[in-house]
Amino acid sequence: MNSHLWRVSAMVTVIATPAICETAPKDVSFAEGAVEASLTGVPGDPANGVKVMTTNALGNCVACHQIGALPDVEFPGTIAPPLDGAGDRWSEAELRGIVANAKMTFEGTFMPAFYKVDGFVRPGDGFTGKAGTEPLAPILNAQQIEDVVAFLVTLKE
Amino acid sequence: MARFTKTMKSLAATALGLALAGAALAGPAEDELVIETDDGPVRIVTKTAAPAFLADTFDTIYSGWLFRDDTTRDMERDDFDNPAMVFVDRGMDAWNAAMGANGESCAGCHQGPESMAGLRAVLPRVDAESGKLMILEDYINACVTGRMGLEKWGTTSDDMKDMLSLISLQSRGMPVNVAIDGPAAHFWEQGKEIYYTRYGQLEMSCANCHEDNYGNMIRADHLSQGQVNGFPTYRLKDAGMVSAQQRFVGCVRDTRAETFKAGSDEFRALELYVASRGNGLTVEGVSVRH
Ligand code: HEC
Ligand code: HEC
Repeated sequence: MNSHLWRVSAMVTVIATPAICETAPKDVSFAEGAVEASLTGVPGDPANGVKVMTTNALGNCVACHQIGALPDVEFPGTIAPPLDGAGDRWSEAELRGIVANAKMTFEGTFMPAFYKVDGFVRPGDGFTGKAGTEPLAPILNAQQIEDVVAFLVTLKE
Repeated sequence: MARFTKTMKSLAATALGLALAGAALAGPAEDELVIETDDGPVRIVTKTAAPAFLADTFDTIYSGWLFRDDTTRDMERDDFDNPAMVFVDRGMDAWNAAMGANGESCAGCHQGPESMAGLRAVLPRVDAESGKLMILEDYINACVTGRMGLEKWGTTSDDMKDMLSLISLQSRGMPVNVAIDGPAAHFWEQGKEIYYTRYGQLEMSCANCHEDNYGNMIRADHLSQGQVNGFPTYRLKDAGMVSAQQRFVGCVRDTRAETFKAGSDEFRALELYVASRGNGLTVEGVSVRH
């Protein structure tokens, strides 16, 4: 019993350590779509943000958006507005809100919510087609969102 | 592809940040499909007026063929180049084989496969006797089990898809004409509801991709209207036949959702609804996609 408990708490510690002051998906507070406070308190890394945005298994933002600042991305999608100038149009807090859950800014938008864990119709277990159990893991973790936001604020015309 | 390149250039020239109005950007190819067959050329309607119930949505409906690249489109122009024909031949062998528990064959009851002409164009439909919504797979399995005394074929098994290929081909060039009223109406409504439901962690419906965004690129994929008139289709990516039921599984899985099963009540209703969105296009029999 004791050793079992120990193992469980050790695991929790390992997972939770890098995110001591992390805001969990359910605790994010949106004010007219914007999220004022950093989700982690750790400054975002724009270079990793680019990686998140251009990797299929992560944000895959380029499935829908074009980004003039990233001319090497092959076949960006044409579904959504190009992100050039996003840092002029939106504040950091607004961008954090859009990436965490764009539905809070654009009602009914096609853009997926990257930091949302429940309330889905037939939630799946990733891309397996099998049932998932809510709360799901968010598509991006808190630091990945901060990294993406750190890149988006640099997109000035 | 040339059209798309042009679009990309004009897109870059557009004032950035402008909300880009979807479908106008990179539409279907301007092309015609006439298939060279052993029995002479068959003209395929790949573009026609939308059925009345879609009047507020589309003016025109398009086959998925018009959204594929030149090389893929060309493979469907001549049966000689169409890799799906191998599966039609396999279906033909099965049709003639005395495979039943007592040596029955499809041919023994139905003569040649051309006796199936027209069937694919009106399916799914409600069976008058049982009141069940039937897809082609259900009719095939009714014979396999009830009249031949065999174990039922898997909905997406090779045996099944070979037979779907052979039977669908018999309706090639005939307009899709699926009934949506009378006993079909409540199945159709069920299918419609599924079509517009935003499933999975990505919260996407069929309509989000195939109604709101057809003609657009989702990364390297050129989104079509998601029509099923071409099915079953030879998919170059899978190097094999894909049925409509299988395609639905794939599309729902891509939304990070728990899919319905191929052949389930839900996906049969969805096939009725999706097929009816293509009423007026012609059956392609066995198409080629990538
Ligand atoms: C499936 C499509 C899709 C994906 C994937 C997607 N978006 Fe979006 N995004 C949209 C659409 C559509 C809009 C336009 C909002 C609306 O009116 O619905 C949008 C709007 C935005 C905006 C505001 C646009 C502006 O400049 O005015 C930002 C910023 C943005 N997205 C960032 C992202 C980031 C970052 C990611 C990935 C982490 C991402 N998007 C992934 C579809 C998508
Ligand atoms: C995330 C986007 C997305 C969603 C949601 C989606 N699809 Fe698709 N679908 C695709 C892509 C990409 C293709 C391949 C390109 C094409 O033909 O549009 C495709 C292809 C198809 C095809 C093949 C068309 C052809 O002629 O080869 C059918 C049929 C189809 N989808 C039906 C559906 C149905 C029904 C649903 C909902 C249950 C659905 N799709 C949901 C992205 C999607």
